[in-house]
Amino acid sequence: MTLLAWGFDGLLLLGLLGLAWKALNSTDLFSAIALFIAFGLLMALVWVRLEAPDIALAEAAIGAGLSGALLLAALARLRGMEGNVTSNTGVEEAPNNIDARLVQWLSAILLLPVLFGLVYGVLSLPGNAVGLSAEINANLAASGVSNPVTAVLLNFRAYDTLLEVFVLLLALIAIWSMGSIQFNRSIETIGKTSLETTSSVLDTLVYLLVPVLMMVAAYLLWVGAHAPGGAFQAGSVLAAACVLLLLAGWPLHRLLTAMRLRLLAVAGPVVFVSMAAYSLIAEGALLQFPPEHAGTLILLLETVAALSIAVTLAALFSGGQGQHE
Amino acid sequence: MSSFSFALAGIGLFVLGLHALIVHAHLLRKILAINIMGSGVSLVLVALARRGGDALPDAVPHAMVITGIVVAVSATALALVLMLKLAAETGSATLPDDSPE
Repeated sequence: MTLLAWGFDGLLLLGLLGLAWKALNSTDLFSAIALFIAFGLLMALVWVRLEAPDIALAEAAIGAGLSGALLLAALARLRGMEGNVTSNTGVEEAPNNIDARLVQWLSAILLLPVLFGLVYGVLSLPGNAVGLSAEINANLAASGVSNPVTAVLLNFRAYDTLLEVFVLLLALIAIWSMGSIQFNRSIETIGKTSLETTSSVLDTLVYLLVPVLMMVAAYLLWVGAHAPGGAFQAGSVLAAACVLLLLAGWPLHRLLTAMRLRLLAVAGPVVFVSMAAYSLIAEGALLQFPPEHAGTLILLLETVAALSIAVTLAALFSGGQGQHE
Repeated sequence: MSSFSFALAGIGLFVLGLHALIVHAHLLRKILAINIMGSGVSLVLVALARRGGDALPDAVPHAMVITGIVVAVSATALALVLMLKLAAETGSATLPDDSPE
C-alpha cells in the first residue's frame, strides 16, 4: 500500500514538474495555456494528497478553471488585436540565435545557487513541527464552525479575508479605470460567432449546467461550516456559471446592470467592514465574534462575500466592458 | 511519501518559473511563469504544514494558500488587461529590447 502511494506521489510530482516545464517552454501560446490548465488540475490532486481538500476545491475552481478562462480570453483578444496591427500571431520565434541561448544558460547557471539555497533551507528545517494545530483545536468550539480552515479564514484570521475581498475589489477598480480597450471582437461576440452553429447544444448545456452550478455553490457555502468548502469555493463556482452564460452569449448585462453589478461587488467589503467596526466597538477586538452567535455571523458574512467574489470574478473575466452598460 | 519531497517539488516549480520569467520576452508567458512560481510557494507552505506526522495538518497555512489563490487570480486578471493595453498601444505583447545601439 505504501509502495503504491509512493509510486503515485512520485508520478504526480514528476508530472507536475514536467507539465510546468512544457507549459513554460512550448512554442505555441495556446498549447502553453492548455498545459497550464492541466497543471492546475494536477495541482488540485497534489492538494488532495497533502490532506488539504479545501485548497483542492479552490484550486480546481479558480486555479485551473477561472485562470484558464481568463488566459484564453486574453489570448483571443490579443490575436484579434495583433491580427490587424502586426503579423505576429502569438507564436513565439524559437530561441535559436546565440544571444537567446546565452541568456538561457546564464540564467540557468545563476539560478543554481538559488535552487541549492532553497533546498538547503527546507531540508534544514526540523522534521517534526505541529504549528498552530493545538491552538486551533483548543479554540475551535468557540469559533462557531467545526471546519478548522473555515474557522481560520472567517474567525481567527478574518482580517486576512477582509483584506482579500478588498484586493479583489481593487483589481476590478484598476481594470475598469484603465478604460475600454479597442477590441476587434468582444468576448460576447466571440461566443456568438464561433458557437453559432452549435447553439442548440450549447443552450441545452447552459440550461442544464447553470442551475446545477448554482446548487453546488449553495451547497459548498453551507457545508463550509463543518466540511471542506466555503465562501471562496462557492463564489468561484458561481463565477464559473456567470462565465458560462457570458460565453454562451446570454444577455447577462440586462440582469446585472452597471448599478446592480457595482452594488453586488461592494456588498462583501461593506458588510465585512461594518461587522469589523461593530465588533471593534462591541467586543473590543477587530472581527471578534461572540461565540454564541459566531456561526450565524460567519454564515451571513460568507454568503455576502461569496456573492461579491462571484460577481467580481465574472466582471474580471468580462474585462473593461461592464461599466458602459 | 514524506512531505519534504512535496516541498522540494515546490522549490523546483518556483525555480522553473523564475527561469522562464527571465528568459521569455512574451508577457503572457511571463504571467504564466509568475503563476507557476506562486503554485510552487504554496506547495512548500502546505507541504511543511504536514510535518506533524499522523496529526491533522496545520490549518493556518491552508487558509493562507486559499487566500493566495484568490489574490493570484485577481492579480493575473489585472496583469492580462495591462498586457492587452500595452499590445493595443504598441502592437506587440513583448517587452521591447532596450539594448544600447
